[in-house]
Amino acid sequence: MAEVLLKIEGIHKRFGGLHALNNVALHINKGEIYGLIGPNGAGKTTMFNVLTGLYTPDEGSFTFDGKDLFRAPPHIVVAGGIARTFQNIRLFHEMTALENVMVGRHIRSKAGALGAILRTKAAREEEAAIEAKAWELLKYVGIDDVAHERARNLSYGHQRRLEIARALATEPKLLALDEPAAGMNPKETEDLKALMEKVRNDGVTVLLIEHDVKLMMGLCDRIAVLDYGKKIAEGVPEVVRKDPKVIEAYLGAAHS
Amino acid sequence: MNANKKLGVFIASAIALAVLPFVVGSTLGNSWVRTIDFALLYVMLALGLNIVVGFAGLLDLGFIAFYAVGAYTFALLGSPHFDIHLPFYISIPLGALCAALFGLLLGTPVLKLKGDYLAIVTLGFGEIIRIFMNNLNAPINITNGPQGINLIDPIQIGGFSMGKTIDVAGFALNPVHMYYYLFLILTIGVVIMAYRLQYSRIGRAWVAMREDQIAASAMGLNIRNIKLLAFALGALSGGVAGGLFAAFQGFISPESFGLLESIMILAMVVLGGMGHIPGVILGAVVLTIAPEILRDVIGPLQMHTFGRMIVDPENARMLLFGLAMVIMMLTRPEGMWPSKRRKAEFEDAKKG
Repeated sequence: MAEVLLKIEGIHKRFGGLHALNNVALHINKGEIYGLIGPNGAGKTTMFNVLTGLYTPDEGSFTFDGKDLFRAPPHIVVAGGIARTFQNIRLFHEMTALENVMVGRHIRSKAGALGAILRTKAAREEEAAIEAKAWELLKYVGIDDVAHERARNLSYGHQRRLEIARALATEPKLLALDEPAAGMNPKETEDLKALMEKVRNDGVTVLLIEHDVKLMMGLCDRIAVLDYGKKIAEGVPEVVRKDPKVIEAYLGAAHS
Repeated sequence: MNANKKLGVFIASAIALAVLPFVVGSTLGNSWVRTIDFALLYVMLALGLNIVVGFAGLLDLGFIAFYAVGAYTFALLGSPHFDIHLPFYISIPLGALCAALFGLLLGTPVLKLKGDYLAIVTLGFGEIIRIFMNNLNAPINITNGPQGINLIDPIQIGGFSMGKTIDVAGFALNPVHMYYYLFLILTIGVVIMAYRLQYSRIGRAWVAMREDQIAASAMGLNIRNIKLLAFALGALSGGVAGGLFAAFQGFISPESFGLLESIMILAMVVLGGMGHIPGVILGAVVLTIAPEILRDVIGPLQMHTFGRMIVDPENARMLLFGLAMVIMMLTRPEGMWPSKRRKAEFEDAKKG
């Protein structure tokens, strides 16, 4: 049995009368690519926001890599080793690509205001290390040629990659990607797939939300399906795709 | 070549800054040297506010409160009021620390606020501080109320006081000259501090937070700490300027710390170029000097052209000043000397 990295159980999240997440449990193993799919409004992004601390769940438990992260604020979650990207890209638009990645290093560096003002040796060395690491990550995702370009001016595919580089800068154990292939052409999607496999092979577990079911079936080791805030199926892609409940959720009852 | 050029510019500006008070003093009179001294104080204040508004993007309309805290701390620790006479190298850092503490005091309750709401609360905070200074004369007389505190000790280095004119090799060295050099040194210190902060891990975190707070927190930035740090560091330089102001004037009262002053400092930052240190310095200098020039020009000009006063010079000054601000904001909202990044932001906003 593989080692469990992330374990959430009995998670509930309500927004007024809307029960966005209803008793959801997920186990993600170390080193796998785990997919989360479901029709629009199923609660995928809510799940993501709970996992990354942007939303506080109402009930449940949440442990990650042996640490209890239930209701932990985002910076604690990131420090614990979960990094994310956003469905609608949220880069720091007026900063350069390089600076964006350098912001990602914040949590793994510690020079304070005093160090910055006095420009101590430690602070200077750390700053150089931050920059070197940022260059390395830009190369890793293949966009170091636009390092000094403002994020706003990058192409869509480049922005997606930059967001991944920025998330990787926090040295995550789990990289959570919210619809990374949305709006990409087939070529870009292929490249992205290759990048995700590279990330996984370098020891980072990947959690993925995606609409592109074909991509998910080919890429993920395991998939969970959400519908109306409930997990209706979980398992390897071949089994999940044949599950009548999944077919019903996606295509309506007539097809099941 | 480039390095040589830079060194040349550096030496030239150092010499220019060193002789400035004597050139101005002998040609235009010492009241203008005094104005320049104030310009330096305002540069310090504007750079402090720039940390909060320009770097971290938190609109603060009560910044003068920190100036007041610095000034009152210095005054209470160096005047006959309590008969305490601490040397300036203790009371100025103490004033700065006090101001930073008040920065945290303001920052903590407004952590969740932004934009207009933040502006209103900070405005209220500025007023509260002023009203406290105005009323803390009873039951125990701490601030001496609206009468203010008088006979504040001038800065003394060794046995030598900056409050009296002295002769150095035939030169009459006025207090305004001596304070000029002191202010200049501290202003340069504040400039260096602001520069180094801007290009550091902390400075990057401020910009990231200003651009997208949710993305910033998802990248692991502790928004609370970063915001409080901005408030505290901004207040710190406000406090230093306040202490210097008290020593320079020898007298302070709550009147000096009104809302209009807060707005003036904000105008310096915005008009100069928010977030851009050279721009903010320019804004502070222009907005300190320009009203003084107008004061000297409007009255005589009217007498000369119309033979009598048509508009009261003081009103005309404020009118012209307001007009200039409106025109500036319409034609060049990014400020006189904006940073490249800020300029790009405005261009993107225009394109929509």
